[in-house]
Amino acid sequence: MKSSKISTVMGKMIDTQKLVFEYIRRDEEGNVEGITRAVDGVDLKVEQGQFIAILGHNGSGKSTLAKHFNALLYPTEGEVYVDSYNTEDDDHLWDIRQEAGMVFQNPDNQIIGQVVEEDVGFGPENMGIPTEEIWERVDEALKAVRMDKYRKASPNHLSGGQKQRVSIAGVIAMHPKCIIMDEPTAMLDPNGRREVIRAARALNQVEGITIILITHYMEEVVDADKVFVMDKGSVVMEGTPREIFAQVDKLKELRLGVPQVTLLAHELRQAGVPLPDAILTRKELVEALKKCR
Amino acid sequence: MLREITLGQYYRTESVIHRLDPRVKIVATFSFIISLFIAKNFIGYVIAGLFLALCIKLSNVPPKFIFRGMKTIFFLLIITMVFNLFLTPGIPLVTFGRFQITKEGLRLALMMGVRLVFLITGSSLMTLTTTPNNLTDGLEDLLNPLKKVKVPVHEISMMMSIALRFIPILMEETDKIMKAQMARGADFESGSLMNRAKSLIPLLVPLFVSAFRRANDLAMAMEARCYRGGEGRTKMKPLIYKKRDALAYGVIVLYFAAIIASRVIL
Repeated sequence: MKSSKISTVMGKMIDTQKLVFEYIRRDEEGNVEGITRAVDGVDLKVEQGQFIAILGHNGSGKSTLAKHFNALLYPTEGEVYVDSYNTEDDDHLWDIRQEAGMVFQNPDNQIIGQVVEEDVGFGPENMGIPTEEIWERVDEALKAVRMDKYRKASPNHLSGGQKQRVSIAGVIAMHPKCIIMDEPTAMLDPNGRREVIRAARALNQVEGITIILITHYMEEVVDADKVFVMDKGSVVMEGTPREIFAQVDKLKELRLGVPQVTLLAHELRQAGVPLPDAILTRKELVEALKKCR
Repeated sequence: MLREITLGQYYRTESVIHRLDPRVKIVATFSFIISLFIAKNFIGYVIAGLFLALCIKLSNVPPKFIFRGMKTIFFLLIITMVFNLFLTPGIPLVTFGRFQITKEGLRLALMMGVRLVFLITGSSLMTLTTTPNNLTDGLEDLLNPLKKVKVPVHEISMMMSIALRFIPILMEETDKIMKAQMARGADFESGSLMNRAKSLIPLLVPLFVSAFRRANDLAMAMEARCYRGGEGRTKMKPLIYKKRDALAYGVIVLYFAAIIASRVIL
């Protein structure tokens, strides 16, 4: 049964098949008190080189799902393949973690080094890369996120956005094929958010690294190739940003806001202004309004 | 600005001493401390003093910074000196009622004083000229032989450097929690000692909870970046001995020989 599955997953960066994950709560004696199904039957395919966004409000299971892509959590049921490696295959654990890097929410809790460049070198050090190559990788990674000016700085002196860019550089230095970002902007101010998203987009376009961005900010997913919307552990919507944002009412039901421009266009359309569906940027709205006259 | 606190009081400047391998500096500091206990006479202390003065001069650290560390041991210094001064039996010099200052007492008090001052100066010179990071690296390397007897040397040094990284963060957090509790009427400053100790509970509990959460997050982040202990790990900044380090070892040996000679010959 398994062999037939493996042949179907070739070429996909990430492939989950009927993934279920349950958090089991136990009392002091170890008896099961309750089971929470955080991820419930998710089938998700990500192609190499795509920019993917996963949306969902708090508790929708999106972070739990993300931790499966890096073999930090293992499925209760179903399977997860990362670049055709099954995440439950211990022989390839370190290959998976090297290929699918992860950036977490809190910038302070994922920086290990006391100097920026040392933190970026942490991943390559763990992989056993020779010293000289580590330096090359660190240089290149810091340039990729435009943090090379701060290489000698202490992470404590950086802003939130800069710290997140350092975290991203730390992942890039491991030469991953895919970077999973688990709400990297949730604790940042608007400026920091913009910096991080810009860095992510550049990595996707210039280096061709697959990006999986988990977020609840709608503005950040506008440029994604594909958006998955999660609710109560399952994927409830799937499509291009345009397809997703055309369904303003459904998004509202899921307690997700749409970008302000899209919302404005939606309200205008309901008020009788002949506008096309799913306007994503201010520029588009202006163009569409010009045509109305 | 809690973030500005540099741990281990590292003084950033350029000097030969700063550039020395941390291992050399650790060995030198230990030899210096041992030498202070070997030296028994005036000449020995003069040699130690000259050696220390030379190191301070070479380190480019303003003496003001070096003697700042003295404040913390001031009381210890006074107490040691007073006890030695009055309680050493021998030929009396001055007598106040039941107490007397003896010739031996005076000698011993001075010796202890000088010894303590040198000891603190010597070790703070090490922490002033070496970043905490370098220090842990050096220690890890020096303690490496202990791995054979199953001492988790790599883990200890990793813990030390993580602790160093998180101290400023946790300090800032303490400050934040304190302000939050104060805004809700908590009082940390008045009352009896018992009450003040009790008032720390609403500060410590959230601090510990958050520290554990951070530890959990950090462990996950480290695992995600392929951390799997010291085995098979390479170093971005490996410690490599240079010519000046060999020279420094030579100087240490010479100094040590001089101290021993001062004790044996004189």
